[in-house]
Amino acid sequence: MHEITKKGKLILADGSVYEGDFYGKRNAVGEVVFTTGGMCGYQEMLTDPTYCGQIMVLTYPIVGNAGVNNMFNQSRKAYCQGLVIGELCDYPSNWRSERSLEDFLDEQDIPTLAGIDTRSITRKIRDNGVMKGVIVPAEASEAEIAELLAAPEVHDQVAQVTTKETYTVGEGKLHVAVLDLGLKKKVTSFLMGMDCHLTVFPASTTAEEILRHNPNGIVITNGPGNPEDVPAAVETVKALLGKKPMLGICLGHLVMALANGAAATKMKFGHHGNQPVKGLETGRVYISAQNHGYVVDAASLEGKDITVTHVALNDGTVEGLKYEGKNALSVQFLPDGEHTYLLKSFVDMMEGR
Amino acid sequence: MPKLTDVKKVLVIGSGPIIIGQAAEFDYAGTQACRALKEEGFEVVLVNSNPATIMTDVNIADRVYVEPVNVEFLENIIKRERPDSLLATLGGQVGLNLAMALEEKGILADYNVKLLGTQISAIKRGEDRELFKEAMEKIHQPIPESTIVETIMAACEFGRQIGYPLIVRPAYTLGGTGGGIAHDEDELVDIVQKGLGYSPIGQCLIERSIAGWKEIEFEVIRDAADNCITVCSMENVDPVGVHTGDSVVVAPAQTLNERELTLLRQASIDIVRELGVCGGCNVQLALDPFSENYYVIEVNPRVSRSSALASKATGYPIAKVTSKIAIGYTLDEIENAVTKTTKACFEPTVDYIVLKFPRWPFDKFVTADRTLGTQMKATGEVMAIERSFEASLLKAIRSLEIGLIHLEMPELKDLSDDEIKERVKRIDDERLFVIAEAIRRGVTIDYIYDITKMDKWFLHKITNIINMEATLKNEELTPALLLKAKKMGFADPVIGKLVGKDAFEIRAMRKENNILPAYKIVDTCAAEFEAATPYYYSTYENEDEVTVSDRKKVVVLGSGPIRIGQGVEFDYCSVHSVWALREMGYETIIINNNPETVSTDFDISDKLYFEPLTLEDVLNVIEKEQPEGVIVQFGGQTAINLAGPLAKCGVKILGSSVDSIDRAEDRERFEQLLTDCDIPRPKGHTVFDTEGALRAAADVGYPVMVRPSYVLGGRAMEIVYNDDELRNYMTYAVKASQEHPVLVDHYLQGREVEVDAICDGNDVLIPGIMEHVERAGVHSDDSIAVYPPISLSESVIKTIIKYTNKMALGLEVKGMINIQYIVRDNEVFVIEVNPRSSRTVPFLSKVTGVPMINVATKAAMGIGIREQGYRPGLKLFPDYYAVKAPVFSFNKMSNVDITLGPEMKSTGEVMACDYQFSRALYKACIASNINVPNEGAILITVSDLDKPEAIEIAKGFADLGYEIMATTGTKAYLEEQGVPVRIANKLGEGVPTIIDEIKAGHISMVINTTNHGRDSERDGFKIRRSTVEHAIACLTSMDTARELQRVMSAMRRRRVVSVIALQDLAWED
Repeated sequence: MHEITKKGKLILADGSVYEGDFYGKRNAVGEVVFTTGGMCGYQEMLTDPTYCGQIMVLTYPIVGNAGVNNMFNQSRKAYCQGLVIGELCDYPSNWRSERSLEDFLDEQDIPTLAGIDTRSITRKIRDNGVMKGVIVPAEASEAEIAELLAAPEVHDQVAQVTTKETYTVGEGKLHVAVLDLGLKKKVTSFLMGMDCHLTVFPASTTAEEILRHNPNGIVITNGPGNPEDVPAAVETVKALLGKKPMLGICLGHLVMALANGAAATKMKFGHHGNQPVKGLETGRVYISAQNHGYVVDAASLEGKDITVTHVALNDGTVEGLKYEGKNALSVQFLPDGEHTYLLKSFVDMMEGR
Repeated sequence: MPKLTDVKKVLVIGSGPIIIGQAAEFDYAGTQACRALKEEGFEVVLVNSNPATIMTDVNIADRVYVEPVNVEFLENIIKRERPDSLLATLGGQVGLNLAMALEEKGILADYNVKLLGTQISAIKRGEDRELFKEAMEKIHQPIPESTIVETIMAACEFGRQIGYPLIVRPAYTLGGTGGGIAHDEDELVDIVQKGLGYSPIGQCLIERSIAGWKEIEFEVIRDAADNCITVCSMENVDPVGVHTGDSVVVAPAQTLNERELTLLRQASIDIVRELGVCGGCNVQLALDPFSENYYVIEVNPRVSRSSALASKATGYPIAKVTSKIAIGYTLDEIENAVTKTTKACFEPTVDYIVLKFPRWPFDKFVTADRTLGTQMKATGEVMAIERSFEASLLKAIRSLEIGLIHLEMPELKDLSDDEIKERVKRIDDERLFVIAEAIRRGVTIDYIYDITKMDKWFLHKITNIINMEATLKNEELTPALLLKAKKMGFADPVIGKLVGKDAFEIRAMRKENNILPAYKIVDTCAAEFEAATPYYYSTYENEDEVTVSDRKKVVVLGSGPIRIGQGVEFDYCSVHSVWALREMGYETIIINNNPETVSTDFDISDKLYFEPLTLEDVLNVIEKEQPEGVIVQFGGQTAINLAGPLAKCGVKILGSSVDSIDRAEDRERFEQLLTDCDIPRPKGHTVFDTEGALRAAADVGYPVMVRPSYVLGGRAMEIVYNDDELRNYMTYAVKASQEHPVLVDHYLQGREVEVDAICDGNDVLIPGIMEHVERAGVHSDDSIAVYPPISLSESVIKTIIKYTNKMALGLEVKGMINIQYIVRDNEVFVIEVNPRSSRTVPFLSKVTGVPMINVATKAAMGIGIREQGYRPGLKLFPDYYAVKAPVFSFNKMSNVDITLGPEMKSTGEVMACDYQFSRALYKACIASNINVPNEGAILITVSDLDKPEAIEIAKGFADLGYEIMATTGTKAYLEEQGVPVRIANKLGEGVPTIIDEIKAGHISMVINTTNHGRDSERDGFKIRRSTVEHAIACLTSMDTARELQRVMSAMRRRRVVSVIALQDLAWED
């Protein structure tokens, strides 16, 4: 039996308290979101920059069964603020496992609360919407908690996660400029898989700078938070539109919509996990991996030269857009797996087909 | 795409009787299909020979044909009904095989019947090994190196090329019948020889064995627009090598990383797309535990046992969605029945762990080979839902009803450490318990892993359970520790035993400390959307999601896993009881744990609790819901056993009281009742030792029926004919003692008659009387039952009515009562009374037109029979005959003697009706897959006692043109009586022996009875087993043989195929 675990708690902005076993060296504060995709993909999600600033609640009650392997990291480090789970597996078993999730969380300094009925939190967020929360040790004082909860909302997540310097990767035929709003490895690898080589630019890069590299096409990546928090990126995209074929993914999709004069709204609890998406041009429904808390406001598209190409099957929200005459498309989800056809369209655009 | 407009009338094929490998899951699937089709306004014609099903109720389909499920009968039904389309993918392998046969014979084309859903070409690509291999090669999906052989020589050649071990799978068989793993050429020859015999097309697939790899399954659904989703992943705790039906399975898969899961999910989808399946499809894959290499093992292009499990595990109604897809809908047009706001085109996410545990029949088949391999042996299964593996496993064990409530088998305590370590090597039904015991003794996980290849994650979880046992034993039971143990799934009595308290003390301590289960909803979406489903499971966590209404409510206990003696018929009863209660305005609550059944569909009752049926688990629900009471009489022995303990805890038992049950079950009180009512029973005594038994036998006279008083359902029951046999029985078969007496009754050889009646306390309604073809001594459920009776005199019938009334009223029955009688020389004796629903109720309900469970439920709730519009007394007999025949699964069980006796051996049943008795019986024989030969030789080898009876039978068959064969003794006897007989050599009497002749196909049917005793070394046993292995009929009762001979004679110049819909049997009383 291991040593007696430290106790801790999660306190939500509405005052509800969840007590559990605390793993961590610091407090966590952030927006509390639930995700249904953590059964196997916990490491991928923890290192997904999109979760920057958020406290992640995993709906699956047993976490860490397959351990951790650095090859699965989606970025340099884990950006999520904190983790709330049921059982933290202390005996991972998978041939790829290098160490336990517990060790990884410790190394990445992610405050974690385990032994929690995460379904009850999920139900709360589903009914009341996302809210702020803190993870603290059990002995934290009321005042300390109040202060943490009062901390101002963060708006600089993209700046935290974007690359500091421009770099290139891959040796493919086509040259793709990637505006890194929170690029994750899956995006890099599926682009490379389409025979592309990439130049990855910091989020603050100007349009001129990008065009100077004369890419075949431009990808605006996934990333954390509200698209309105990255006005510079919106401006850059505005300037780039129509100049080169463009593909927007997740936050990149929202930024492109804004650059085209549309608006984004905050969702009640977002889409985090697998979601069915219907392609309006094909009539086909595919399951997609999603992770977003904001969505394009369908009403704001009216009168603009933008076609809705994809909608979420469950709630009808906008999932994909085509910007007419601009050789540009964007989707709210990761265009991998069965959505690879979107990447092919992008490649076709770049090749002038 | 909108629903197909050219479809108006759909023929649905059911899966027929329950056999090992094909259980209640197809009643669940077929019922969902019929309901979904009717919902769309289609006319539904259903064919299924199994009367113990909900789907064959007249209100489920417009036209219900309880007829043999084969090509000839199907063609006749198609001719009569002229359906425009056929739905075959919800009737299991039987449905698929039939669809293919109907297509091949051109019947579908002739009658212009369109096949709905998955098309023949896709079915063939999934089923035909060669086509499947081609399809997989085309899309670069790896399959183990394999070959298809039609000869043993070809098999050996492949073995020399590839090396061993090799897996052998006969083509087109259920549950891998006849397959196995061969480690060398000798084994290969043996398995292939049998396999070729089992395969209807004489083919076997031989492939490289990947035993020890992780076995992963996906349930996939695809629509005609090529939308494709996976409903759920599943991982077998037992690695590749054990049939998935015999494996402990968890859902979702637990030990994969995201890459592996993504890889296998995409492979499954690609495969289903390539095959072109329309609807549900099951894909089985093997994953190397140490690389990303995988192989596709198998695909089932239809709804299967796994899809029933996936449906119940996620809440996603696969059968219903498959049906809607078949009639043209796409996934994004079908409503998600759980949320009502989202669509069926999504991948369910769960926030719990489901564990399936198989239920094996080795308690009944004690001599059977318990080894698990590619041949499925389980008759049923249970499912548990919890938030941790440990709790899910322990819940499943409690649900199994194998006398255990924990991962601990007392018998293993007697084994030494070395013996336990050795036992780990055995792959059988007890393996998980052996592993637990090994860990308890300090055997390392590494040792166990090296042998079993079970993922260490599972082994570590088992270790957690063992560690908790130790903690409970050694530490003081604080509320915190108690909570921890409950979270891990430990039952109160288990905790109690470990800390030296009784279960109720633990329960009290829990309540004191507010350690109570919370009930969570199964909602397909891990709470992301609000769910409309009242489908719950318990867990020891904070938030309880059940809203208790203020309506009057009743709890109906289900019947747990399907096993020999307790089959799908009790699920039928539970469901009908719920429907009756809903009609009466009650809120209904079902507690059950069988994922294959209709009762565990969340839209059957107002609330479904998926829980073990133990006192603790049931009480928890009752305390939560505060119902008026509990109905136990429809859930088989499972529910009846709970009646007493529940009543003791103050729970009201609705209908017949616990005292009524006790008076029927307690021998002394029962005898008192019979004496009071002046009803005779065979003379008998209760004895405690061999001497007592001998005295009792002398008093009542041989033959005697002997059985231990403490087991039910005919276990260890035997008929013995002399002192030697009795001594033998008392020494080897039972351990008699003061606590465990043995009953010695005179065995009356007479006609067996069975009655199911309904009593409201004042009046008794007898819907029908059934007469058995086989004399008493053959378990009633292994006998052929006929309604109305064929040979009973008016005075006997009058007596039966009188006795039935007396006992029902005497026992103060409120609801169902089942009575078994023996009639001898016009005298009626009672042998057994059960104040509960019996296995014959669905059959009798269907053929008498009396909705017995509905009436009985209402009677139990206080509405009189007259008030319900029924006249008390025996209902008028109809103009037609209905026959119920047993179905056995002997070909799945090696080493089991097929001789019928007092112990039940059948796994299922079929029914047939006709205005002519002979045809009804003949159809029943066909439906039960008795391979009745039209010509050839019949071997008669019977005991001396039976020889006189054999004369008439032999003469009859000879007259029909069959050649009669017999062994020396029987031959001499028959020839004396003028029957020409060809000699058959007993084993060791020279060649060819009987077995050689059976193998060579020279014998088409065997009639065999033995001198008493069941020494498996005897020739008779070998002969009977070889008839099973070569799929020829073997009759082990003279009564069956005689009746069959008469029927064949009567049917000789008559048409056999004639069908009647149940709706056409309706008639006014």
